Amino acid sequence: MSDNRAAPEAAEAASAAPAASAGEADLTGTGTAASPGAAPGQGNRILREIMSGNALVSVLAVVVALVIGGLLIAVTDERVGAAAGYFFARPGDLFGALWASVSEAYGALVRGATYDPTARTWLGQLGIFETLTIATPLILAGLAVTIAFRAGLFNIGAQGQIILGASFSAAVGFGWNLPPVLHLLAVILAGAVGGAIWGGIAGVLKARTGAHEVIVTIMLNYIAINLIGYLLKSPLKDPNSSNPVSPALHDSAVFPLLLGPNFRLHAGFLLAVLAVIAVAWLLNRSTLGFELRAIGANPSAARTAGMVVSRGYIIVMLIAGALSGLAGVAQVAGTEKSLDAEVAGSIGFDAITVALLGRSTPWGTFFAALLFGAFKAGGTSMAVNANVSIDIVLVVQSLIVLFIAAPPLIRAIFRLKSASSRGAAA
Amino acid sequence: MSTTLAPTAPAQDRLIVRNWKVPVVFGILAAFALVVFAVLGPGGTATFRLSQDGDAWQLPNLVLPARATGIVVTVLCLALAALAYRQTQRTGRTERWLGVSFAILFVIGLMVWIIAGTNTQNITLVGLFTGAMLIVTPIVFGSLSGVLCERSGVVNIAIEGQLLAGAFTASLVASITGNALAGLVAAAVAGVAVSFLLAVFSIRYLVNQIIVGVVLNVLVAGLTGFLFEKIMKIKVEGATIYNQPPHLPNLPIPVLSEIPILGPTFFRQSILGYLMLVLVAVIWFALYRTRWGLRIRAVGEHPQAADTMGVNVNRTRFRNVLAGGAIAGIGGAYFTLVAVSSFSKDMTGGLGFIALAALIFGRWNPVGAFLAALLFGVAGNLQSVLSIAVTPVDGHFLAMLPYALTILAVSGLVGRARPPAASGVPYVKG
Repeated sequence: MSDNRAAPEAAEAASAAPAASAGEADLTGTGTAASPGAAPGQGNRILREIMSGNALVSVLAVVVALVIGGLLIAVTDERVGAAAGYFFARPGDLFGALWASVSEAYGALVRGATYDPTARTWLGQLGIFETLTIATPLILAGLAVTIAFRAGLFNIGAQGQIILGASFSAAVGFGWNLPPVLHLLAVILAGAVGGAIWGGIAGVLKARTGAHEVIVTIMLNYIAINLIGYLLKSPLKDPNSSNPVSPALHDSAVFPLLLGPNFRLHAGFLLAVLAVIAVAWLLNRSTLGFELRAIGANPSAARTAGMVVSRGYIIVMLIAGALSGLAGVAQVAGTEKSLDAEVAGSIGFDAITVALLGRSTPWGTFFAALLFGAFKAGGTSMAVNANVSIDIVLVVQSLIVLFIAAPPLIRAIFRLKSASSRGAAA
Repeated sequence: MSTTLAPTAPAQDRLIVRNWKVPVVFGILAAFALVVFAVLGPGGTATFRLSQDGDAWQLPNLVLPARATGIVVTVLCLALAALAYRQTQRTGRTERWLGVSFAILFVIGLMVWIIAGTNTQNITLVGLFTGAMLIVTPIVFGSLSGVLCERSGVVNIAIEGQLLAGAFTASLVASITGNALAGLVAAAVAGVAVSFLLAVFSIRYLVNQIIVGVVLNVLVAGLTGFLFEKIMKIKVEGATIYNQPPHLPNLPIPVLSEIPILGPTFFRQSILGYLMLVLVAVIWFALYRTRWGLRIRAVGEHPQAADTMGVNVNRTRFRNVLAGGAIAGIGGAYFTLVAVSSFSKDMTGGLGFIALAALIFGRWNPVGAFLAALLFGVAGNLQSVLSIAVTPVDGHFLAMLPYALTILAVSGLVGRARPPAASGVPYVKG
């Protein structure tokens, strides 16, 4: 109900208080079209999204990005360059070389991410589990960006929140001695608290002083990077190692492996799935989630309706920070088993693209994270087997998000009819 | 009626809204100075070496007794805090020079405390400042790019990507042509290319500007990384040939370069260093003293009004974003043509975000951004200079300083940083 009222007012609010609503009014350009459909029945919504062409745009964005990535791979391939040298003598060779180079690279990518029958060991054949392992922290951090998005906040600080969460959980993981199950729970809780503190700072500053959360979270990322540098220099450093790493976590503090010692997939994946369900319930079924979405759609209208906008900002950033912190836990207690300065890798930034690709819905984020996990897992195999640098994955990922964020562009490329009006009306 | 209105109007004017943030912050910092610099301060002295061996004019070393300096700084800080308290009580605000002199005093106290606490107890100021310029120059170019974009109403998070694109292209083109200036031009073109994407997506397709910026950073990191592996690692006769750019030479200015401290810092630079100084002055003048600048600021503050007055809002924004890209691209060339001699992956290392911080801390003003960049550069270089020494405070905390200050600035605890009103809001006519 309030969503319908909010739509015309959103434009008004944007012009009346532009500085305050810079990141709030319309996040992806499609955000307003996607959010009203979120409340009614799930099955209906998914069906309508596909019908309305939004999902089609997502798929086409992936296709276009892959094509451009393929062109890049082909153009820089020596065999293609050689064949281009005698193009007029035997033009077929050029296209053959083009096809060979691209299919080799993408073939290796897909096989590495899913199932590779040519691998020497049957363990190496099942890349799908590596995909799930890499996707685990991406799902959690992606949810952190998604939930903040829905409340109209742009959480670029997942990186710093992951670092804080990882540091807290590592400190508990090797510093405390607790019975098995209890210890793991303490590690998970510590990670959530660490991340929530970092997210909460941004939320409190936004709510109390109006400081733009984008600037604050970017700055908090860099403070966190320096903080972990300090922590690994003395307080959390392993005294027996010359490198800046923490001691290994106790066995009682790490996630159990799901498929035995041969695969890295750990119980953190189940935690991530639980988190998706919880966030989906929170956003779509709870009073708090309704308030958060109302604040995200139009803070002025939410305030008029009696909601406390500043409280919503603080709460959503605490939740987002806790989710990112859990991504840190998945790293420390799942795959790495100790803390180092690179614990967050690029997860915090990938999480933003994951949330955008997932159109800021919990399950969309889940599948987007799986896709990006597949890119990473397959990218490693592509680098080894097809000699294509894994950086191409970054290119493809960023192109996907660019195209998804600009549906008119994709529609123009494929001459689709504008479906956004129908989508918004529905 | 008029008689009753007359007395109420001035009474409302006299209604003072007192902002106690400044006295409170001053008080806390002064208390910190009292405890850390004066009471717990290290014994011994801090030696600042002002001249290098080869300088024409030799200045004696500046030797300060640590605890005595700490006590003097503390007393002055307390006095300024008291003054700020009185000013706030009277007028509701504090004057600007108070904040500036407090900051300078506090930094002096901090420096003496840090240097006296190290095991060597001395530092070469010239080395500190010249080293800082290696960081300052790209930061300033990046901030100037941000100033041009944000003043016209487009948020530029892609500074990092523009710098990286400039660094890569400069190295590649300068290596191929053997001409550093060609590399410089190519870097500007690369910066413009990144800016073009930013402009098209945010102005033409109305995509959220922050999203475009974030994504462009990833795109440039991926592209340069991929091309670095594919092209720059090609070896001909055992040597990489596409990543060996010639250097831009240093051009010392005859008399000015002999001034102690200032000379080596500002007047023994490559052409890029001088270009930076010129650009800061020119952009400041253009923004605040010309018709062109007034139009741009109008577009950034109130696009509807500017449009009504006949300024083409989106065209102005497009041009400014492209100009900003050229400047940031040139700043990126500094990495590969001056600072180090070849490109490496992600070599900008987050300086683009420090440039964003400097831009905000400098209140969206070219001169302010330049001063902020100097502060951040010195803090950053102090960290690396001291990284080998045993220091009372860990270098990582010094490195946090720019970011922490920026957070304080945007949350209004230290001054009030207010962005151009329409920054980040796409303009749709009608």
